[in-house]
Amino acid sequence: MQPFTTFTAVAAPLDITNVNTDMLIPARFLRKPRDERYGSYLFHDLRHDEDGRLRDSFVLNEEAYRDAKILVAGANFGCGSSRESAVYVLLDSGFRCIIAPSFGDIFFGNALQNGVLPIVLPEAECIELRAHLDANPGATITADLQSQTVTAGDGKVRRFALDPLRRERLLTGLDEIGLTLTRLPAIESFEQRYAAERPWLDR
Amino acid sequence: MPAEMPPDSASAKPSTLFEKIWNAHVIEQGSADDALLHVDQNFLHEGAFLAFAALRKEGRSVRRPKQHFAVADHYVPTLGREAGIAGITDPEVRGLIDLLEQNAAWGGIDYAGIDDPRQGIVHVIGPELGLTHPGMVITCGDSHTSTHGAFGAFAFGMGASQVKQVLATQCLWQRRPKLLRITIDGTLAPGLSGKDVILAVIAQIGAAGATGHVIEYAGSTIRSMSMENRLTVCNMSIEAGGRAGMICPDDTTFEYLHGRPFAPKQQHWDAAVAYWRTLKTDDGATFDREVKVDAGALVPMVTWGTSPGQGLPITGRVPDPATLSGDARRAVESALAYMGLKPGQAMDGLPVDRVFIGSCTNSRIDDIRAAAAVVRGRKAKIPAFVSPGSTQIKRQAEAEGLDRVFTEAGIEWRASGCSMCVGTNGDLLKPGERSASTSNRNFEGRQGRGARTHLVSPAMAAAAAVTGTLTDVRRLLAGAAA
Ligand code: SF4
Repeated sequence: MQPFTTFTAVAAPLDITNVNTDMLIPARFLRKPRDERYGSYLFHDLRHDEDGRLRDSFVLNEEAYRDAKILVAGANFGCGSSRESAVYVLLDSGFRCIIAPSFGDIFFGNALQNGVLPIVLPEAECIELRAHLDANPGATITADLQSQTVTAGDGKVRRFALDPLRRERLLTGLDEIGLTLTRLPAIESFEQRYAAERPWLDR
Repeated sequence: MPAEMPPDSASAKPSTLFEKIWNAHVIEQGSADDALLHVDQNFLHEGAFLAFAALRKEGRSVRRPKQHFAVADHYVPTLGREAGIAGITDPEVRGLIDLLEQNAAWGGIDYAGIDDPRQGIVHVIGPELGLTHPGMVITCGDSHTSTHGAFGAFAFGMGASQVKQVLATQCLWQRRPKLLRITIDGTLAPGLSGKDVILAVIAQIGAAGATGHVIEYAGSTIRSMSMENRLTVCNMSIEAGGRAGMICPDDTTFEYLHGRPFAPKQQHWDAAVAYWRTLKTDDGATFDREVKVDAGALVPMVTWGTSPGQGLPITGRVPDPATLSGDARRAVESALAYMGLKPGQAMDGLPVDRVFIGSCTNSRIDDIRAAAAVVRGRKAKIPAFVSPGSTQIKRQAEAEGLDRVFTEAGIEWRASGCSMCVGTNGDLLKPGERSASTSNRNFEGRQGRGARTHLVSPAMAAAAAVTGTLTDVRRLLAGAAA
């Protein structure tokens, strides 16, 4: 996994609450291999009309946000299915950071597994940030995981929280399987005791 | 076998079902909030190809193959199943099913393919085969894994990276969730079911109402529910944002499990049940949040919008955005526009184009019986089909003659799979078509681009099929009472 320390990029205001995983990547693309086209499936049906033309009304199609790599969205971002593809499409089109008042739990975990930082800021601060981005199209935001701050051009520095263990793993880009397998003796002794207490689980 | 178990050091303190399961599975405490948990049972479907690819690329293997089970459900066709895998013409779809079979064989994992009598939707067959037990930690790369919590298990969905971790290690680092108890008391009126209960719960607490929480469902309504209806309730925990849903196991649970292929064998049965009986929330145990629901007051539910939280009693009217402001107003406006509805429009009588009865939410034998009871002696006015949740349920329904109730009404009787819940097998609505669907997600485009989904119970879906509109099923049942 790519570590995350600090990231500065153009940020786009996404005025949608309950952005679900079917919006992030419609189910018909789930069968596709993760090749160089993968990023183009991001928000596919919001971005394109039924004839495949770009919709002017969608924020990421606006000239100022063509290079956006950070999203500031509404509450419950990434709700819905467990598809990790919803993170892959973001990552493969360059997004490393999403800011929202809340996230779907599974999406949140999936993002951390892939070096994408989901930042929870209070609803009022997200609205403030979106207003700033609306007023300054193409403005950048800096997300710093070391100092746990979000800095925008409005001069304010906003702090965010993240569980220390999760922060540490993201900062170092740690491989969880590697970490777990260093515990193998403890795992094996747990399993022996567990199985002895539950003979009905023996198949 | 509680007598042989080490005494729980925390046993003096009343604890919840969740805490008992969590504590029994902690291998190592990472931080105050984070632990390495043993996983008893993992389920796999076609979507696992990403996890297997990564696992194989890293040169790893499946550590404990017997604790996994794979089944083809998301991409299987619901028509022409006699032809088996050869009947699938789309090479991409066929390739995904082939890949699951190959990966299962590579990992030494038991696999139910398209023509296996054990085939069905993963969250239907886990319980049906007796793979799902009380007290287990159960995982699957699928958000509706919460379904299995109906047995008193901690069951949750995860993404491909974690599927890979479970395959490689049989354990998972987990953050300890908060606990929410939803107590549902009262007697459901005739014509109502678990689906109406969970749609009402989500309408009450919202689509993010349980974010960060595991939900325990309690109360007299839950206690008197069948396993099938409990599974429906737990299934949609994720639609309320919940990490998992769970119900304390009781005699209903044990009776359901007894004698199933992977249930504890006879010589271990009593010990297993004795242990399972300890898995209840103690009096005085505390939750981070509590919510109460009066089931006696419920009316059949229907969703009107594009989020599962946008639900109403069938007697209700859609909201008027003019009465709202800010994000809430925008959300209602965009949902109404997508759904082709006017502010204040009544739900009862809204014309529907198609009906889908199926999905891991509502495709079990109870659901099919409830739909058949409404359809019996009537004719469908619009295209409709039933996709039973498993091959075994299909056979059972046929043995009860329920397939003929549907086919004589002009409703198609198909094979089992995820089907029009997600449409990855090609069972899709056309743009602009409106469905009454027993599935769990009414997201924009979920049942096809531009498709408009109204989530309902099986009885309400059947009522829509025979009237051609969203209809209060209680009227039809009253008419049929004689
Ligand atoms: S029936 Fe629908 S919700 Fe259930 S597992 Fe299949 S696609 Fe997912």
